[in-house]
Amino acid sequence: MNQDSIFIYSPELLKYKFSDHHPFNPLRLKLTLDLLMKSNAIKTNDIVPPRFATNDELSLLHDIDYIEAVQQAGQGLLSMDRAENYGLGTEDTPIFPNMHENSALLVGGSLTAADYVMSGKANHALHLGGGLHHGFRGKASGFCVYNDCSVAIRYIQETYHAKVLYIDTDAHHGDGIQWSFYDDPNVCTLSIHETGRYLFPGTGDIHERGHDKGYGFSFNIPVDAFTEDESWLTCYKEALSEVAAYFKPDVILTQNGADAHFLDPLTHLSVTMKTYKEIPKIAHEIAHQYCDGRWIAVGGGGYDIWRVVPRAWALIWLEMTENRNDMNQIPSSWISEWQKKAPVTLPLKWEDDDCLYAPIPRKAEITEKNGQTLEKSLFPIR
Amino acid sequence: MIVEEIMKTNVITLTQNHSINDAYKLMLHYKIRHLPIVDENKHLLGIVSDRDIRDALPSILIDSSKQRNVLLKPIKMIMKTNIITGHPLDFVEEIGTVFYEHPISCLPIVKEHTLVGIITKTDLLHTLVELTGAHQPSSQIEIKAPNRAGVLSEMTSVFLKRKTNILSILVYPYKHDEKYKMIVIRVQTINPTSLIEDLKHAGYQVLWPNLPGIQL
Repeated sequence: MNQDSIFIYSPELLKYKFSDHHPFNPLRLKLTLDLLMKSNAIKTNDIVPPRFATNDELSLLHDIDYIEAVQQAGQGLLSMDRAENYGLGTEDTPIFPNMHENSALLVGGSLTAADYVMSGKANHALHLGGGLHHGFRGKASGFCVYNDCSVAIRYIQETYHAKVLYIDTDAHHGDGIQWSFYDDPNVCTLSIHETGRYLFPGTGDIHERGHDKGYGFSFNIPVDAFTEDESWLTCYKEALSEVAAYFKPDVILTQNGADAHFLDPLTHLSVTMKTYKEIPKIAHEIAHQYCDGRWIAVGGGGYDIWRVVPRAWALIWLEMTENRNDMNQIPSSWISEWQKKAPVTLPLKWEDDDCLYAPIPRKAEITEKNGQTLEKSLFPIR
Repeated sequence: MIVEEIMKTNVITLTQNHSINDAYKLMLHYKIRHLPIVDENKHLLGIVSDRDIRDALPSILIDSSKQRNVLLKPIKMIMKTNIITGHPLDFVEEIGTVFYEHPISCLPIVKEHTLVGIITKTDLLHTLVELTGAHQPSSQIEIKAPNRAGVLSEMTSVFLKRKTNILSILVYPYKHDEKYKMIVIRVQTINPTSLIEDLKHAGYQVLWPNLPGIQL
């Protein structure tokens, strides 16, 4: 059966969990799905469970010895010395039981999404458990064990021979995917993120444009700390429309980290729900304009799991399914279900209040600087 | 750190009887701006830069047809022979001083009269970036701390407690008050928030970053 949009989910995805106190909290997935259900915006047959990625599929990107190390770590068999070499057992990526299987399921979800979209069984697929963009070939980094996006792109290349445009709107630079395809002219990466001046991982400068044959197929727009909706959206809209026109992808893969929001505790950007409503809207348009609708969307960062992530991620699904979301209020059943578990007051509306934060000093300068950054980044294709 | 750790060892060279045209093409091909000129024993005889070649080329503003044979002349006619060189065991800091004091952009590295490597200003800058740890995934924290003995040791215990690997530390004087120093630390974590809490709790002023225009 041909479906317009599918939502990849199973409760097993919640097992990608480092610890109770770790900021990367899989409860986000459940909160988002529940918000969609209580809004009557998703049906049971929209939901497709993820499959496991095989070791062969993981090794499209990852080193065999790294995969083995993750397997051993998940069984408690990896020594701390060896773990450290693989970035495992750190505060960012602590070792947890069955970490190989649980990580391989996240990757498998992106492969399921890729198969549905590339074989024409669905136009769009949303896999919020994916988007682990900091994972490297042989090293865990920044909460990411395996890099589902890089594996999925390699898989799409091998199985469907398609040109992939990867679009990363997480507040952190999409370094793992950028370096995976740095010399590949058939994958174009576009990342908009907070400047690496202070923020992890520190890379993502406009001058990182690719290497060798891949030169000119890596785009970075590092925006200043405290950037707000208007300036952020200008960068996003102009960059995406121009890069898509230049690269002419067969499919787009969007990484939808929701950590650029003002309330996010890990970053310093100041965007609101306005931005999270626009991000999928533009991506959707681009998918239909260039890719016959082929659009795979994954999750990513997002550390205010109560007030920001469920709304931001639900908006992707609403856009995908062309649900025009004239809802104003968050369903009271969702609030009453979760408020008692939340340490903060849950939002009552889909949109943020205008007085969410005090006016940012030097807004005009930040906007002007971002404009220059955008100009420099797109200069080669203008 | 010593020069042999950062120098390029696959040096592109020519002999003195090669033509200026040969040098010009080689520079274009390898996207380089300096060519050491050596004899058959790899002994350094001279060096040619892209500026030397430009000086030898006809002006684009005058009829150049008469000067076409210029490019066929041997390099030895334009190469510089009073060359400043370095040794593989020189300290990188010393090389920095050499570049600062002389109007040159590259340094051939010579050992027992033989050319063994080359370092350019760009290589030196790249090394500096690597030393700051900025090429590895990390977060940057800037801390204003009192300028006295033992501060670094006290401060880094916070990082030990959080099991966070420090990639690099840079210490420099605080411009506005010599009683303080700025300490710039690159840490291997995506989530420095708890570290920053601990540091603030221990009485340090942390910039990560602050609102624009607000000074520590």
